[in-house]
Parts: sequence; C-alpha cells; structure tokens
Amino acid sequence: MAFIELDDIAKSFGSKPALDGVSLAIERGETLAVFGPSGVGKTVLLRLLAGIMEPDRGDIRIGGASLLGVPPERREVAMAFQNFALYPHLTAFENIASPLRARQLDETQMKRRVGEIASLLRIDHVLDHLPRALSNGQKQRTALARSLVRAPAVLLLDDPLRNVDAKLRYEMRLELPRLFKRFGSTALYVTQDYREAMALGDRIAILLDHRLRQLGTPAEIYNHPADQRVARLFGDPPINLLPARVEASGGGATVRLFGQTLALRHRPVPAASGWDCLVGIRPEDVELSSEPIDGTAPFRLRATTPFSVRTALLLAGADGGELIASTTNPPAAETLWARFDLGRAVLFDAATGTAL
Amino acid sequence: MSPFRLLRPFLLLLVGLFFLFPIFWVVLMSFMTDQAIFSSPPSLFFKPTLQNYAALISGHLETGTGTLDVDYMRNLGNSLLLAAGSVIVSLLLGVPAAYAFARFKFRLGENIAFTLLSFRFAPPLLVLLPLQIYFQDLGLYDTYGGLIWVYQLITLPLILWIVRGYFEDASEDIEAAYRLDGHSWFKTFWRIAIPLARPGIAAAALLAFIFAWNNFIFALILGSSAVQPVTVGALAFITASGIHYGQIAAALVLSILPTLVLALYTQRYLVEGLSLGAVKG
Repeated sequence: MAFIELDDIAKSFGSKPALDGVSLAIERGETLAVFGPSGVGKTVLLRLLAGIMEPDRGDIRIGGASLLGVPPERREVAMAFQNFALYPHLTAFENIASPLRARQLDETQMKRRVGEIASLLRIDHVLDHLPRALSNGQKQRTALARSLVRAPAVLLLDDPLRNVDAKLRYEMRLELPRLFKRFGSTALYVTQDYREAMALGDRIAILLDHRLRQLGTPAEIYNHPADQRVARLFGDPPINLLPARVEASGGGATVRLFGQTLALRHRPVPAASGWDCLVGIRPEDVELSSEPIDGTAPFRLRATTPFSVRTALLLAGADGGELIASTTNPPAAETLWARFDLGRAVLFDAATGTAL
Repeated sequence: MSPFRLLRPFLLLLVGLFFLFPIFWVVLMSFMTDQAIFSSPPSLFFKPTLQNYAALISGHLETGTGTLDVDYMRNLGNSLLLAAGSVIVSLLLGVPAAYAFARFKFRLGENIAFTLLSFRFAPPLLVLLPLQIYFQDLGLYDTYGGLIWVYQLITLPLILWIVRGYFEDASEDIEAAYRLDGHSWFKTFWRIAIPLARPGIAAAALLAFIFAWNNFIFALILGSSAVQPVTVGALAFITASGIHYGQIAAALVLSILPTLVLALYTQRYLVEGLSLGAVKG
C-alpha cells in the first residue's frame, strides 16, 4: 500500500471539469512532480489533498486512512502556495512560527526551530521584517520555511518558483531536493516547467485534459512519451514529429522520410501496410555533417538559435519538410547533411497521437 | 499652464466657500447674542459672548418669559451612548455575517444579504407607526435598548456591505495557509480575516456612527426626552417665547464636534472604505 493514494478523483466547478478520474499512488519519501499546462487541474489536485476543497467523487488516503471530510488543520499536510500567501500583518518570524504556535511549542524551542530553518534558507537576517519589506525571493523562502518548519510528512508545493527570478529559480532547483530529503517529506511538486519537473521529481505525473496521461521517471517520460502531446511538452527545442507512412517490406517495415527509405529496426509495427504515423525524433538525435556520408539526406539551413551549450538549427529538406536539430558544434555551411537513428525515434499513431 | 490650471484654485475656493460658509456662520452665531443675530445688516464685527454655551452646559435657558430648563448635555450623552451602542451591536452581528456572505455559498445567501440592504431603501416613516405600537406593547418604548435595536436598521446594512467587500477582497489562500498550519477555523477568522479587513471595519464603523448620530426621526417618535439624542434635543430651543438661534447654533457646534474629531482622525480609512464599498458593494 502506497503512502498517499488518490482513488478515481473527480472535481468540477459548475459544468467545468477540473479533474476527471485521477488515480495516483505515491510512496513515502518520494517527490512526485505534477506537470501539465495551466488550467489542467494541478492546483486543484493539491487543494484536494490539503482539504481546502473536497472532491466530487473518489477517495484520498494518507497512510491508509481516508481524508474525506477531515478539515485542513487536522490533515498534517503542509503547503507552499504559488502566490506565497504570507500573513501580511505578521513578521517573517511569526509567519514561519505559525505552524509551531498551532502545536503549542514552547518559546525557546520555537525560536531554535525557526532560526534553524531560516539560516538554512538564508533569510535569518530578515526575520523581523513584514512581508511587504521582503524581496520576492525572500518571500518565497519565507513561505517555503513556513511549510518546512514542522518537518511535515506530506509537503505540497504549488509552483513555488513561478514568481521568482531566473537565477534564484536555478539555485532553488538544486537546493530543493536536498531539503526534501533532509525533512523526509513526501512531496508533490506542481510545475509548468518540464526542466523543473525533471530536476525535482523522482517520478513525474503528467496531467492532460484533466486526466492523468502518464506517470513515470523523468527518463521514461523523456524517452518513451505516452503520446505526441507529452513528447511535445518535454524538450526544448521541441521534438520533431514527422508525418510518414509505414510500409511492410520483406520481414520488416520501412518509412520514407526526406526522400529516403529507412528501415524500422527493433520496432514492432502493425503488420498492415499503409499505416500513417508520426515519427518523433529528438533534435539532439539528429546527426549533422557538412559532407554527404552514408544514410544522410541534404538539407538547407533556414535559421539557427544559439542556446547555452547547444545550438538549435532549423533545416528544410529537399521535399520542403522541416527538421529541427541541435548540436554543440554546428557545421558552417548552407547545405547540411543529416541522418538520424530510427532506433531512438518514437512512433505515434497519426490518428490518435498515442505512442506505439 | 492652461487657463483651467490658473483658474483651479479660485474654483476650489468658490466650492469650499459654498459648502463651508453655512458652517462658518453657525460657528459665528454660536458666539452671538440673539440681538446681534437679528441685527440688520448682519455684521461680522460683534462682541463675542459665551452665554449660549454657558446656558447649554448649565441647563438653564433665560428667556423673555422666564427660565427654561434644558437638558442638552444629557442629550449629548444619549447621542454618544446610542451611536456607540448601535455600532458595537452592528459590529458584533455584522462582521461575522459579512464574513459568511463573502466566503460561503449557502441557500438564499444573496437574498438574505439583499434583504438586509433593503432596510436602507424603506422610508423610516413607513415603519415608524407600527413600530411605535409594538414598542409600547413590548416595553421598549423610551428605552436605550429599544432605540439601539431600531438603529440597527441604519448601521447593520452599512457595516455588513462594506465589510463584506473587504473580506471578498482578501486572498482566500492566506486563510487556507493559516488553517493548514494547524489553526482552527475560528482562530483563522479572528487572527487573519479580521486583522486584514481592519481598515474596512474601521471605515464602516465610523460611517455607521455618523449615520446613527445624525438620525432624528426614530428617536423623536420612539423615545421621550430622557433617551433622546442631540438631533431631537435641539428642538427644545424652539420655545413659546421665540426661537433661540444662538443656543441652537451652539448646540449644533457641540453636536458636530465628536463626529468631526472622529472623522478627521480616521479620514484615510474613511475615503478608502467608501471608495472600496462603491466598487465592491
């Protein structure tokens, strides 16, 4: 039995669904990243766990006990809000001490615990400030400190890095996993940034259309996306999705891409000929050269965008089809030769979008 | 500079004079004898006298036909008691109700809130006669309790609707965060919701106080001189031997002093509360 269990949860607001039949099992100590586009119900999922809302259908269990009807103050669940939700009339110290006050800790112990978490998050010098005197980063850390100070069994984080600047976001992305481990919390981390989901989640739950679309480790999701929408959401520059038709030939199957016939090896494909599919190829799996070599097709270079280490290249094939490649050392030529390993490609059904 | 900008100070002065002159004149009158008030043409140069105030405070009014006892200081005390009492009762009832209307959806919620507001639409004269009969029967006639109760028609809707706007304006997440910290619903209301709505509560309370203070008709019909406030008490200066304008003016000055001091002190809240009420109410 998993530590946190969501069983066929549904919640709607009027006629607008927020979640529609979501089931999840989260192990103790695990960090689960909940990823999806905005409005898909990620925040609602956290609110249902927190007890701020009740589901229309389904059951929520923590440690085997159902939480339905249990008010938020008795759920032993901590939450950091996207908008921080600090108490504007209380100092940073009192904000952080609030969960300890509710547990009636004595004054000395409380000061020690608040001091500890504050110095860990490097906000010990602003503890006597009111929230409006804090920078965004300090506010975010205060909100985080408030949720961590009581070493909660379950920690809910609602896109806590959304409203902080890029540098701090990067730092926190490195720091947070250590904090989660240190407090032994089981964490649900909501984010709209696939990099954050991959960096922080032991596993990632992907919500699409108010349903759980895929659940897996970051590597599983990146390499084996369940459908073409998941594939598109993960990766920047985005995955190439090339329309093609699978033809049976001999014992195997082939596809024609950019004027070339390529064999699909190690791939179970429907036996029937003429199956329309999308061939998903990650830009980093495209191999470029300035000379024609075995198995390459010619491309014209349309545009380049330098990223930090890699450069993304937009290429146009002889048949007009476009291909995005990314590489650390882009060849300097107008015409490039590219080939890709179909063994690493992902095939999606063109009609349904689901992976094969 | 445009001509309008040049003209603006003069226009402002004109508007200010228009509104403030009557008050200025009343203050002057309160220092005049009745003879000076009636002198024609009226003059700004007169020998100021404190006799009007002395008469009010001592309670003895010298008239052409003899000495008249007035109890204006008691009226002033009544005004304070009635206005403060009704505001306190309205706060105790209205603030929790406003929170309920702002935060919870319940059956007929909007209808109840609107019904409370509609008390402000009905002309008081419409309900006064039946109320007078009920009050006599219930023993509420001529009591502070009875008047404070009927003043709720004025103060409760005002406080309810202004404070409701403030509660709706505050983020629900802040309250949710406090409950997740482990605090009960009531503590959240008391330590988070109320402090965050405090400017609105202060503004609403002040406005309600002023409205209650200025009420005339309820106290005139539902109480005798023992419980009547200054608005009714000032009528005592209209006597058989004539209208004592000097004392009326002094009475007016005394009666606007408490609300004026209160309004100046909380001016910032008042403007804020009024404008928010206008947007959200």
